[in-house]
Amino acid sequence: MIRSVPRSRLFDGLYLAYLVAFFVYLALPLLVTAVFAFNDAPFPSLPWKGFSLDWFFADGSEGRTGLFHDDGLLTALWVSGKIAFWVTLVSVALGCVNAVLFERVQFRGKEFLYLFMLLPLVIPGVILGVSILVFYSGMANDVSAAWGIELDLFRPGMTLVVMGQVAFIATLSTLVIAARLRKFDPQLEEAALNLGATPLVAWFTVTLPWLLPSIFGAAAMAFLMSFENFNTTVMLTGSDTPLTVALFNRLREGSTPVLNAVALMLMVGSALLALLVMGRSSR
Amino acid sequence: MKSSVSRLSLWLLLTPFLLWIVLLVLLPHLQMLRVSFQVRESWDTIAWGVEQYQNFFTESYYWRTFVRTGVMSLFTTFLTLLIAFPIAWYIARLARGRSKGILFLACLIPFWASELVRTYGWMILLRESGLFSSWLQALGWADGPVEMLYNDVAVIVGLVYNGLLFMVVPLVTTLDGMDENLVEAGYDLGGGHGTVLREIVVPWAMPGIVSGCIVVFMLTLGSYLTPILMGGKDSAWFTEQIFTQFITRFNWEQGAALGVLLLVLSSVIVWLGLKISGQSLRKVMG
Repeated sequence: MIRSVPRSRLFDGLYLAYLVAFFVYLALPLLVTAVFAFNDAPFPSLPWKGFSLDWFFADGSEGRTGLFHDDGLLTALWVSGKIAFWVTLVSVALGCVNAVLFERVQFRGKEFLYLFMLLPLVIPGVILGVSILVFYSGMANDVSAAWGIELDLFRPGMTLVVMGQVAFIATLSTLVIAARLRKFDPQLEEAALNLGATPLVAWFTVTLPWLLPSIFGAAAMAFLMSFENFNTTVMLTGSDTPLTVALFNRLREGSTPVLNAVALMLMVGSALLALLVMGRSSR
Repeated sequence: MKSSVSRLSLWLLLTPFLLWIVLLVLLPHLQMLRVSFQVRESWDTIAWGVEQYQNFFTESYYWRTFVRTGVMSLFTTFLTLLIAFPIAWYIARLARGRSKGILFLACLIPFWASELVRTYGWMILLRESGLFSSWLQALGWADGPVEMLYNDVAVIVGLVYNGLLFMVVPLVTTLDGMDENLVEAGYDLGGGHGTVLREIVVPWAMPGIVSGCIVVFMLTLGSYLTPILMGGKDSAWFTEQIFTQFITRFNWEQGAALGVLLLVLSSVIVWLGLKISGQSLRKVMG
């Protein structure tokens, strides 16, 4: 089964067929979604009625509203963008601090705390969302009932969504940044200190530049995960629905090629972000 | 002086971590546990009790869905492992040079789209007016539209699809580090394919297998979109019930109890998986 062990032709042929089938399985749903964004028909299904850009640009005058004229979707996109921005900022900052804490500092109980750091990975996203809803929204209810103070911040809405997403995305960004910091040679930092730099200057001129690729990687990952998250978000969202929740609601009403158009834009956006990060890190 | 400075910096580094873990993870979960034991007697009086948990065991709908979700998640995880292993093996051991990197990237591509988009793609393919149905009719293999969506097979196809990446990546990582001499030695000593796989490859890949299985199992157990959108009337998923209690019925106490039960189920299975395979959470996740 390895290169140096002889294999039969039949085995090789079957293996190849399996590989091809696997990648077709991976690509097919996305390909189909993308292609039907251009179908000139009111439903994303066969037969093919011809190529059209209506589902992106139609302004609603002929009964079709394209993505770029659909206020509901555009607002949702903006909400998702804001949420993802804050989640990225907080998770990456937390990730940097946690990475230093777990890779460079020795203290009692470190192993124990490290397990807590990993904990959000083994909690289902729905439960993370629900528990934050119960705690903060319940608190807002209690405070309102007892003292008449309205803590609107802790009602379902953007703040809670950001908190819920940070709860697990921070673990992932910590792991990404810590993996890079582990490969850092502490002697470089010591050299900077010996040459008269203060610890803070050494950190910003030596360690941080070393971490930068992983920080970009973690930021891109955090942004995508936040943008695409549904399970945690759906429990915490208020009246300002983010894109995934808005799409889900549309999908339950019935599918139109506008959804395909949004899906295609999302795929292209993620692909560009991923390429950007890979391009940076390979330089 | 020096020790007080390092103490200070330790606390400076520790504070954000503690705020995050305590405020966003620990306290909310403890509160959820507490609420699950509250029994609402009237609109402003609350007693303690296990009523919600009793409901779970007496209402067969709850625990049937619970068992179903658990069993189907285990099955999906196992299936994902079976499908992903040959792929990971090919990428890690048989592909060379550029094709290795390209194949690995190709595995990642579906995950540039969100779970919602992936599920939507499968709906377009599988439903009655979908592509597969049209193709079958065009080929003359079916007389009328065929409904392939809204059943358990469709749900599992979608769930496996969602989990594949999280299985392939850890498998490729561990298999990549394996010394081929071990495999050759296995064959030289007279082992067949089965023996070499069982005695050498699988033990070596165990950390990757366990970490992939844990992540896929967690994702599947906690998934909401795929079972709801692709499942039929009888394919209820446990997360759906939690959602219903919280959002539709405003019965937080019952919802919290169901949430605690799901969390217990996932923790027990992850713990069992680690114990049986002799791995630790730190080794497979960190």
